[in-house]
Amino acid sequence: MSIPIPDTTIVDETPEQGKGVGKLDRLDRRAGALRRTTSSKSASIIAIVLAVLWTIPTFGLLVTSFRPAREIRRTGWWTAFSNPEFTLENYSDALYGSSTDFASYLVNSFVITLPAVIIPITLALLAAYAFAWIDFRGRNILFVAVFALQIVPIQVTLVPLLSQYVNWGIDGSFWPIWLSHSIFALPLAIFLLHNFMKDIPRELVEAARVDGAGHVRIFFTVLMPLLVPAIAAFGIFQFLWVWNDLLVALTFGSARDVAPITVRLAELSGSRGASWHLLPAGAFIAIIVPVIVFLALQRYFVRGLLAGSVKG
Amino acid sequence: MARSTLSVKRRTLAAVAGGAALAIVLTACGGSDDGGGEGDTEAAPVDCAAYEQYGDLEGKTVTVYTTIVDTEADQQQQSYEPFEECTGATIEYEGSKEFEAQLPVRIQSGSAPDIAYIPQPGFLKSLVQDYPDAILPVGDAASENVDTYYTESWRDYGTVDGTLYATPLGANVKSFVWYSPSMFEEAGYEIPTTWDELVALSDQIVEDNPEGDVKPWCAGIGSGEATGWPATDWMEDVVLRTAGPEVYDQWVNHEIPFNDPQIADALASVGSVLKNENYVNGGIGDVSSIATTEFTEGGYPIVDGLCYMHRQASFYQANWSTLDPDLKVAEDGDVFAFYFPGESADAEKPLLGGGEFVVSFADRPEVQAFQAYLTSPEWSNAKATATPQGWLSANKELDKSLLQSPIDQLSYELLTDDSYVFRFDGSDMMPAAVGAGSFWTEMTEWIASNKSDTAVLDAIEASWPTS
Repeated sequence: MSIPIPDTTIVDETPEQGKGVGKLDRLDRRAGALRRTTSSKSASIIAIVLAVLWTIPTFGLLVTSFRPAREIRRTGWWTAFSNPEFTLENYSDALYGSSTDFASYLVNSFVITLPAVIIPITLALLAAYAFAWIDFRGRNILFVAVFALQIVPIQVTLVPLLSQYVNWGIDGSFWPIWLSHSIFALPLAIFLLHNFMKDIPRELVEAARVDGAGHVRIFFTVLMPLLVPAIAAFGIFQFLWVWNDLLVALTFGSARDVAPITVRLAELSGSRGASWHLLPAGAFIAIIVPVIVFLALQRYFVRGLLAGSVKG
Repeated sequence: MARSTLSVKRRTLAAVAGGAALAIVLTACGGSDDGGGEGDTEAAPVDCAAYEQYGDLEGKTVTVYTTIVDTEADQQQQSYEPFEECTGATIEYEGSKEFEAQLPVRIQSGSAPDIAYIPQPGFLKSLVQDYPDAILPVGDAASENVDTYYTESWRDYGTVDGTLYATPLGANVKSFVWYSPSMFEEAGYEIPTTWDELVALSDQIVEDNPEGDVKPWCAGIGSGEATGWPATDWMEDVVLRTAGPEVYDQWVNHEIPFNDPQIADALASVGSVLKNENYVNGGIGDVSSIATTEFTEGGYPIVDGLCYMHRQASFYQANWSTLDPDLKVAEDGDVFAFYFPGESADAEKPLLGGGEFVVSFADRPEVQAFQAYLTSPEWSNAKATATPQGWLSANKELDKSLLQSPIDQLSYELLTDDSYVFRFDGSDMMPAAVGAGSFWTEMTEWIASNKSDTAVLDAIEASWPTS
């Protein structure tokens, strides 16, 4: 497999592929060469080693989450193999340890996350369409201005935003959290979706227009189906960001009835940090949902990342 | 294309359904546990006579914002129940470990809580200076209560520029050395009553354990971004002993420089224990391991018999039960604490301690009433009943028999005993730049990288704000 082959000879002759011999054009040959270099043994080994190294801390955390509190304090997780002793106590303590109900925090997380993903995507789709396909004066300047908003660090907006919410009388509800997450997500969402929309061939949109379709129709029947990977990709981004967020939740919604799971995680170790042994278990409970979402949508995540970058 | 769209839908649906199913399962589990949870306390009939002064507060709500979370937060809320029951008011409790960062944000944006518990007088002072309009002077009823039920010094901690802004809540005693009564008995050691006896005992332990695996002292000062505070407590305790309470007050108020020779002497005394390779760090490592050990773990080697003494506050008792719920914290149990001895057993005995304070941001009657309730003996007793261990207040009328753990009772005894001179934790009183800044970091450097005494004291002195 790893014998160097001159440019002119055929590359890959495995019977399963059964490709024609000697008739590969240049592109195919290049693809074959690329396949060979990327599938070389040493590269695979390096990739596997990296993957293992990368996963070890998470794995250690997982092992730790099942060990008895006493063992967690005294020895490292690797000693669990020579002296196996496992328990589900950490999980039950994390879930039901005090009168605070983990489940209600989890529900809050869902209630926060879904609108905080849907609102910015909806608004950004409309804005991105306008920026991409509607000609109006000052379009470019406005687009640059929207994109530039990304530079504003969210920390400087916390106090002004909160005072505004207090003025409107909506503090203490879910609205401040939804609105804040939407505000913080919109610049990037508009930018990303705009780039996707720009990549759609002009002929497609013009053909629809010739057939008499208006903006609404073009948007829903022509563009939307093509944008699904992009929407899914940004959806995952935003989902993970909102689900893992602590700062926004603490500032705008740490009252108990609207606090998400991250707020509970942050106080899990107790006032003086004495029960830190619960943290691994808490972390694993909290990542179940993002992991499910990520695994379910990862194809679109990868495709979405690529789709914006290459034309043609 | 159509196919891929369809499959997106299916996948999204699957993810949402998966998440929803999980939520349902978890909710179901949560529901089934409610009946047998530890939140159950015996519903004693409440005598509402003492609560009539607060009037009828039916339908009123008071929001409380604190640093106290988790189990301790539940105990706090339980202690409000008599008030809620008798007056009809609702207390909305919220605890956060990010309290100190979040409170100023809330004040600035106009959404301050009605009541907040401030853990340090230094923080109170800076709040009053930064937001003089937001934070309200204590109302009459609560102020009278403070005069009646607390000593003068507790009133002073809540006073800024002559105005009482905060009322005392809980208290703790820091001048304790944790030890194992059975280990002491086996080795035939007596509890030291003077500083010299303490040093002699340490030497004796070193002599009796020539292999060096068992050491007299163990310590840990790690505490996240607050790493170093247990070392500042050590230092304060020793300043109180070597220089005396008067010098201590001058030192805390910066009437003498931080690097005064008397303070340098105290630091040298601390160093003779904490930086003595023969004395530390039993069961953990060498001197520098003190800096990398979490304070919550610092005393655990005592249970393994690898270390004899650990100087830490009364609230450390909660950590023993986290380590092992079966450990008995009592004079005849597995671990207990003795008073960190002073220069001599007869002279005035200094006692280092801390506590939280209550400030109000609203003058509605129910808020004033609740603050008054928190200063009353009724609340202190309700709180003592609700807390199995690790709480006491400096309220003179607190019924000592309601305190449930021996160490809390001992703490309360020392706190109310006139032969002990109480002083508040100095780093909590100093400006935040020092008390929650350079004092912590420099003490950590002092241990972790063996920075010299003079360099440490000079650096802290240089960081003292010039106003």
